Amino acid sequence: MTLAAATELASATNEHLAHISNTLIYSSMAVYTLAFFAYIAEWLFGSRSKVARTASALTVKEEAAASARGPAVTVKSAGGTAVLERPEVVVRSAAGSRDVPDGPGAHGGDAQGDLYGRIAVSLTVLAFLVELGGVVARAASVERAPWGNMYEFNITFSTVAVGVYLSLLALRKNVRWLGLFLTTTVLLDLGLAVTVLYTASDQLVPALHSYWLYIHVSTAIFCGAVLYVGAVSTLLYLFKDSYENKLESGGKPGSFATSVLERLPASATLDKFAYRINAAVFPLWTFTIIAGAIWAESAWGRYWGWDPKETWAFITWVAYACYLHARSTAGWKGRKAAYIALIAFACYLFNYYGVNIFVGGKHSYAGV
Amino acid sequence: MSKTTTGTTADETPAAGHSAAGEDDLGAAGSQLSTAPTETAVPGSFGGNRAPGLMGWLAWTGREIVGWVRWFWRQLTSMRVALLLLFLLSLGAIPGSLIPQNGSDAMKVETFKQTHRTLAPIYDKLGLFHVYSSVWFSAIYILLFVSLIGCIVPRTWQFVGQLRSRPPGAPRRLTRLPAYATWRTAAAPEEVREAALKALKQRRFRAHTTGDAVAAEKGYLREAGNLLFHIALIVMLIAFAWGQLFKTEGNKLIVEGDGFTNTLTQYDDFKSGNLFNDDNLVPFSFNLKKFTATYERNGPNKGTARTFEAAIDYSVGADGKDQHKIVRVNHPLEIDDAKVYLVSHGYAPTVTVRDGKGNVVLHQAVPLLPLDANETSQGAIKVFDGYKNAQGKDEQLGFSAFFVPTFAGAGKGTMFSQFPALDFPVLALGAYHGDLGVDAGVPQNVYQLDTKDPNLKPFKDAKGQILKSRLLPGETMQLPNGAGSITFDKDIKEWAGFQVVQQPGTGWALTGALAAITGLAGSLFIQRRRVWVRAVRGADGATVVEVAGLGRSESAKLPEEIGDLAALVHDKAPAQTDADPDREPDADTPVPAEGAEKK
Ligand code: HEM
Repeated sequence: MTLAAATELASATNEHLAHISNTLIYSSMAVYTLAFFAYIAEWLFGSRSKVARTASALTVKEEAAASARGPAVTVKSAGGTAVLERPEVVVRSAAGSRDVPDGPGAHGGDAQGDLYGRIAVSLTVLAFLVELGGVVARAASVERAPWGNMYEFNITFSTVAVGVYLSLLALRKNVRWLGLFLTTTVLLDLGLAVTVLYTASDQLVPALHSYWLYIHVSTAIFCGAVLYVGAVSTLLYLFKDSYENKLESGGKPGSFATSVLERLPASATLDKFAYRINAAVFPLWTFTIIAGAIWAESAWGRYWGWDPKETWAFITWVAYACYLHARSTAGWKGRKAAYIALIAFACYLFNYYGVNIFVGGKHSYAGV
Repeated sequence: MSKTTTGTTADETPAAGHSAAGEDDLGAAGSQLSTAPTETAVPGSFGGNRAPGLMGWLAWTGREIVGWVRWFWRQLTSMRVALLLLFLLSLGAIPGSLIPQNGSDAMKVETFKQTHRTLAPIYDKLGLFHVYSSVWFSAIYILLFVSLIGCIVPRTWQFVGQLRSRPPGAPRRLTRLPAYATWRTAAAPEEVREAALKALKQRRFRAHTTGDAVAAEKGYLREAGNLLFHIALIVMLIAFAWGQLFKTEGNKLIVEGDGFTNTLTQYDDFKSGNLFNDDNLVPFSFNLKKFTATYERNGPNKGTARTFEAAIDYSVGADGKDQHKIVRVNHPLEIDDAKVYLVSHGYAPTVTVRDGKGNVVLHQAVPLLPLDANETSQGAIKVFDGYKNAQGKDEQLGFSAFFVPTFAGAGKGTMFSQFPALDFPVLALGAYHGDLGVDAGVPQNVYQLDTKDPNLKPFKDAKGQILKSRLLPGETMQLPNGAGSITFDKDIKEWAGFQVVQQPGTGWALTGALAAITGLAGSLFIQRRRVWVRAVRGADGATVVEVAGLGRSESAKLPEEIGDLAALVHDKAPAQTDADPDREPDADTPVPAEGAEKK
């Protein structure tokens, strides 16, 4: 076989792979849509059960207190055989936060709702695998990492976000309530990707051939996906917190708000969850920026040049530092800190979409 | 249980409110779990009474000034102001990303100024074309870093103090702590405490016995990490500022076979920081032996560059040994502080210009600037001296040059290149003579011919049109009336654009950055927590054991840790099985809080 024939064959394979990738991405959208409806069903069936734990915890405090039992030594039996004796630990939230129990989740304790919830998660897993296949096929077709343009960035980003969600579920974290918000945004993200942002495979210019770039972009995508989960949690915290405030001051929230918010975790839990997520990725985000600087140094001869993309990464970083500080500053904890966290995530998003579309700069090498 | 109810209610009140901070009601036990500054700003007017007379006034003024300065310093180093400054820093960075900046794209600034006649002068006044070196932006970050230093120094001392002292004793009521366990045992209180001390030390707590309880603390690395992080920020800032002040950045275009010596005069353009002087340039020189580019030949990515590499011979110092090196994109040549980057490339067709008598007046590879990804290139060939026209008079020659490495073919209607490699090179020339205008003192763009200059007249062909010709390698265009000729030689060279950058302090910036990440990881992943184990003999003769823990922030790990610890102590001092579960050692019965029921 001649060299020319070989390369021609290779390029035919590539186009074939690109085609497979597109098909997989469309298929994953279909499955995500099914998952989306299953999550909706979970929420709908869950609304049948009338849970009002928050209200009772906030209003009938004395009864709750009186009925609580003090700690004692418990005898836990594992499988009916091994008997382990150990003292029971009583946990209470720090002074200054409410003692509100977490909601039961979207299914609201309803068996059918729970069934739909499980179906939704299974569908999400399936959609995730299909989408992952699409991303991998894309990478194979362009023979490089799948983040050379915004289309590839979008499909990779949503895959990682769903991956983070599923990992949290696999770690037995109580995060199924995120499912509906996540599939909705993933569908929006993919819709945007296949319609507006679609780019046929193209190669990177030599400046983009660097392993620092791979490190930099992959951690940037990962950070964004995790920060997204944190931002959703922060947003829900704000809703739930208003709800609890209203109940506490004797108000009566609307029935829709009650139905939805009662099933979410307590505001303190949401807040803590968001904090842990944001705090956990902050060092990685710092590393991302540093990796970018190292790459910029080897590609452009300066590690920091206030290019718009760099500037917005910096702004995002400082905004998250603000958030972390606010959480340990008197008078800034709680809602104010949460607003800062949302602004910080908005900065991340602007860097991701806004800078590419409106600003340009050295980072806009591969078209939009 | 009626007795317990009242006690519990009283205890729950502060918890339900939002003002009480956990540390307040725990007193010393919860204090200084972090070295964050507490909000203790002293209000103004510190003088008290002003005694009559000059001395009284002086004393009062002195007190007042000192008071205000201290007040201002406390404000500046408070967490709240640090937060505000951080916020301002991120806000202040925004305009620079939206308005063109002199530092990165001076051309764009010029265009902006031309299109925004009213806005531009205002922006100029506000320094918006160089935000990151503007007075106000500098003010924000300098204040922030003064604040940071003012915050770090006392916190470091405080932390050293904490390391040298022992963990604070147990609070009176352990039931109020976020994680709590208790049981009654037949073992003596001393035995329990000893077991607890051993268990805690085994788990690398700093522990000691005070009174009836063991006090322990762990996770000091959190604070150490936090301090390291903030100090690393200062190191990074200084390294960055240092780099900016002494930075140099110059560009040089070199044709294959030519060389470069690192002196100011050799650069095509050069920028440097405020404190730079010529002696700072690292002495070295190099020759460009060969430039190689390869391109994708097939498929959808046809024409995309696969490799760019420049083979050079370089020597360090005045007469160093010649060394060989391949410079690629992302792989610069490094000599001391200086780095030589490959940033661009293009073609330099060799031409030979002869006068009417056949004397060679120019034989040179002329670099042309690429216009598109397929290397359609444009430029000018100028003959400044040595040329005499047909009448024997000194004249200058100029040729506008347009070059395509891969020609579409005659009659295909396009003069743009089809592919970036030299598959079908064609050089199109237009010929002019007269005065190139160099003596006018205006600096010339070597890549452009000013064809509008009335002193420069086109050669005309037989039909009276401007003389133009499309040449293949080896072909010659004759100038009319014995004015000479120009030959497009077969030897087509490539040129490479290099950027030479010197930025001292980069190593420090990197060290600072790595230290910052290490510190951050310590600061955010390590929990600092205190644990107390109290053992006292109750009225009925049994020993009441209480284990409780307090973290700086609530963590799911703390209850787990308390549980493990309690289990360890419990092994040595097992619970009395006959105890009445309803009889509590303490009247305070905490409510199981959120999270308590999930295991
Ligand atoms: C360049 C600006 C700064 C950045 C990026 C930054 C970043 C951070 C981060 C990420 C934390 C960890 C927060 C946590 O433990 O949850 C932190 C903590 C802290 N920062 Fe900064 N900081 C900056 C400037 C300052 C300044 C100027 C001060 C002085 C007032 C300061 C005082 C503190 C203190 C006291 C803590 C510890 C808070 C605690 O222990 O809860 N920081 N900072």
